[in-house]
Order: sequence, then structure tokens, then C-alpha cells
Amino acid sequence: MKSESVVQVRNLVKRYGPKTAVDGLDLCVRTGTVTAVLGPNGAGKTTTIETCEGYRRPDDGTVRVLGLDPVTEAAKLRPRVGVMLQSGGVYSGARADEMLRHMAKLHADPLNVDALMERLGLGSCGRTTYRRLSGGQQQRLALAMAVVGRPELVFLDEPTAGLDPQARRSTWDLVRELRADGVSVVLTTHFMDEAEELADDVAVIDAGKVIAQGSPEALCRGGAENTLRFTGRPGLDLGSLLKALPDGTEAAELTSGTYRISGDVDPQLLATVTSWCAQHGVMPSGISVERHTLEDVFLELTGKELRA
Amino acid sequence: MSAGTYTPQAGAAPLSRMITAQTALETRMLLRNGEQLLLTVIIPTLLLVLFSAVDIVDTGAGRSVDFLTPGILALAVMSTAFTGQAIATGFERRYGVLKRLGASPLPRWALMTAKTLAVLVTEVLQVVLLTVIAFAFGWSPHGNPFAVLMLLVLGTAAFSGLGLLMAGTLKAEATLAAANLVFLLLLVGGGVIVPLDKFPDAVQSVLGLLPIAALSDGLRDVLQHGASMPWSDLGILAVWAVLGLGAAAKFFRWE
Repeated sequence: MKSESVVQVRNLVKRYGPKTAVDGLDLCVRTGTVTAVLGPNGAGKTTTIETCEGYRRPDDGTVRVLGLDPVTEAAKLRPRVGVMLQSGGVYSGARADEMLRHMAKLHADPLNVDALMERLGLGSCGRTTYRRLSGGQQQRLALAMAVVGRPELVFLDEPTAGLDPQARRSTWDLVRELRADGVSVVLTTHFMDEAEELADDVAVIDAGKVIAQGSPEALCRGGAENTLRFTGRPGLDLGSLLKALPDGTEAAELTSGTYRISGDVDPQLLATVTSWCAQHGVMPSGISVERHTLEDVFLELTGKELRA
Repeated sequence: MSAGTYTPQAGAAPLSRMITAQTALETRMLLRNGEQLLLTVIIPTLLLVLFSAVDIVDTGAGRSVDFLTPGILALAVMSTAFTGQAIATGFERRYGVLKRLGASPLPRWALMTAKTLAVLVTEVLQVVLLTVIAFAFGWSPHGNPFAVLMLLVLGTAAFSGLGLLMAGTLKAEATLAAANLVFLLLLVGGGVIVPLDKFPDAVQSVLGLLPIAALSDGLRDVLQHGASMPWSDLGILAVWAVLGLGAAAKFFRWE
């Protein structure tokens, strides 16, 4: 029977000298899903991923990847896991197709290299040496190198950093195809829309800890509120409106005749508001519902200030 | 690419295939790099041709090609095993190549084996090229081919250890500068084209302990003077090999 999780991190601690990069972090990645590790710069995303990849030895806690210890059982683990580093990883004088073909040769049953190059839009630059590739092409080559060995699990460290919108979409599509074919994916990103688009689970990391975890929908529902705005006659009796709405909902007249309802805005609430308006002879116009995006949640959780 | 393309089918290739592929790639990288070729092919060839054809340096009794060829062979070994390997490996470390390969199915020892094989393949090409040129200038070697082989292998081990130690501990730019400087200093002070007996006695005895001096002196003893086994030179190279490879194994940092 297949195990339910491909990555199990418990109470991971990693220090670099006096600096604690990861501070008691827990993470679970379910088999066959896409998990996004989201966080501001310096939150500990890369340290966490690189510990799972076997590059770092935990100072405390346990890490299991495909049930194996990434440090002591690296030899068994490496053939089964695909890795995309945040940058580099290729001989500067190697041609793109040469490097990918080489990675393929290190695996028992690799993907077709030419087809993979085409799939990632690298077909026309196969003969170009790595140092002459654009940043986006270098990113896509690194992604190709991560998947060419037909791994069970791939770690992608900021896979779309520096990509143009088309290449970004194409990378997203590839991640979805990997999941559809049963590959588990762990990716780090600081693009909220990327996590929202791709991930089954999101782990928000800040200061070395997971501060929120769940599906993008659950994260957007929990904690943060949605708002409904409309305009109508000035001076409506909001007290009477609130009586009709669920507890915890708030209503305010922002400027004369513009109203904001905040709370758990769902279709039922919208219907209640419009029927209340009908009963009171109000014609609401400019009704808009703003759903909180993962970005709002993220900023709420990690604070809005920029971090070094 | 259709559904099911990426269905996991993970596994490492057989070790022999991985090492063969890695050796081929490392060798291509060495031979494709212009700066590397300058060090490993062009400089030794030019020195051999120039000083064999024109009597600039007083190389003692006998024809200059007989004195020069062993020294130039030693220089060729140093240029590939030490200078070239240090610079290439330093930049591979800097650009995350060693790190990325560390996550591949290729074990680290197999990567180092492949690097060593690539150095040896390059050296064979150098030796063939330089030998052909030397013969064209009327070189007449003597001695025991096995002793020559021993010297070349121990010399390669000594220089590889020192080159990897440098590449694995210094920044890539520092390695680039230092490896070139050491190459130049040892070219002049290591008995390659200038006989060591041109230096004052005290300096001579110190220079004689350098790996380049031991290698060029040992090769000269055998190829020019027909010695059977230059034990003291082999001993010096062995000590450098143990120290260099030992320190590299201990201090080498992969990232």
C-alpha cells in the first residue's frame, strides 16, 4: 500500500552560527499532491527544502522523505527525487541539451530528452551553452533536469522566479501534468497567485516556523474576512440590516450612501442583503464582493513590512 | 507529451554507465574551454618548440630537447591535474554544479573518479602530442617506461590533491588567480625549463622538494639519463599526494 505522505518534517531546527534559520518547523506533504511553501525572503523556505534534499543536517527534529532519512539514506533516496535548485547547477560551458542528456544518462528509465526540451520551449536553444541562455531558459533547463529521471517526488525552489508570463504558465501546466501522473511536488514561492493556482496545500512559513497550513481555499476562508460593497440611499438603518445577518457581520456607511458589509460573505448573505434592500425600497447599485486572496492572508499573517 | 508521460519510474543508472557518462562530460568540458587549452596544450607546446629550436636557456650538456621534454611533460601534468582542475572545479563549486550533481544518483566518489579519469584522458592526449613534437626535434628517450608511468601517476595524484584542496576551500576567483600564479612560479622555479642548478644551493634544496621539481627531475633522470627507478623523487611525490589528497578530503567544501 502506498504511504500517505511523501515528506514528514517534525520539529525541524537548523542554525547557522548564532542565527536560527528554521525554528521548530513541522511539515507534511501528502502523496500525489502539490504543496507550496510560501514565505517572505529569509523565512527559512530554502533551508527547509534543502534539508529535505539532504544538503543540510538538522540540528534537531526529524526529516523523512519517502520514508527515508535524507542524510544517512541519501544513496537510496537520490534516484527517486528530482531537485531544482534556486539557481545554477550546470557547467557554464555545457550546451543545454548536452546537460539534460547527461542527467538522463544518470537515471535508469529517463524521459525522452528531445520531447522534454520541446515541451519546455527549449527546443530552439539546445545547442546554446548554459552561460548564453537567458535567465528564463536557465530556469526551465533546471526544471527539466529535475523531472528527466521520472522521480516520485520533485522539489522546486522558486521554479518561476524571473520567468515571463508565458513561461510561467507553461511551468504551471507542467506541474499540473506531473501531479496528474502521480508525481508529488513541493515548491517554494513568494508568488501568492502561484500557490493559489497550483497548490493542494499551502504552508506559510515565517521566521522559521509554519504559521498557517491548509488548502488555499481554507486559508482564505479562515481568519480573513470578505467584504460586500454597494451604494444606495444615504442614511439606511444598518441596525435593522445587521439583525438579519449572521452574528459577527459588520456594516458601515463609509461615505454618504456607500456601504460596506464585512464578514463571511457567502451567497446566502448576499441574498439576505438584497432582500432586505427590497423590503426597504432601496435600489442597491454597484454591488461588489471582494474575496480575500491568499496575498491578503499572507500579508496579514507575515506583516506588511518588507524584510531584508 | 501525453498523459502518463511523467508516471514515476525512478532509479539510478548502472554505476559503470554513470561514471562513463560523467568522465565523457568532464573531458569535453576540459577540452572545450579556451583558457584551459591555453594552459594544457598551447603553453607546453610553445615552450617545447621554442626552446628546442632556439638555444635561449643553457640546458647543460647534450641536446636541449632531451633536457626539455621531461620538464615539459611534468609541466603538462601540472597544467591539467593542478591548474586546470583547480580552476574548473572552483567554478563548478561556485555555480552549484557540484551541489546539483550531489542530488543526482551519481555518488560523490564516482564524481571524483570521473574527474580523475578525465584528467588522465587529457594527460594521455598531451603526452602523445608532446612526444610527437619532441621526436620531430630529434628527442631520444632512455630508461624504464614503468618508472615514467609511476612518476606520471604519482605526480597526477600529488597535483590533483593540491588542486582540489584549493578549489574546495577558496573562492573561485581566488582559485583562478592563485592557480595561475602558482603555475607561473613553478614553471620558472620548478626545473621545467630552467635547470635547478642555476639557483643558489640553499634555494635549490628547497625547490627540489616541490612536486614539480620532483616530477621534472625524476622524469629527466629516467628519460635523459636512463635511471631505473628515481626513488627519492617518487618518495617526494608520494608525500605530496598523501598530504594533498588527505587535506582535500578533509577540508573540501561542496558548496
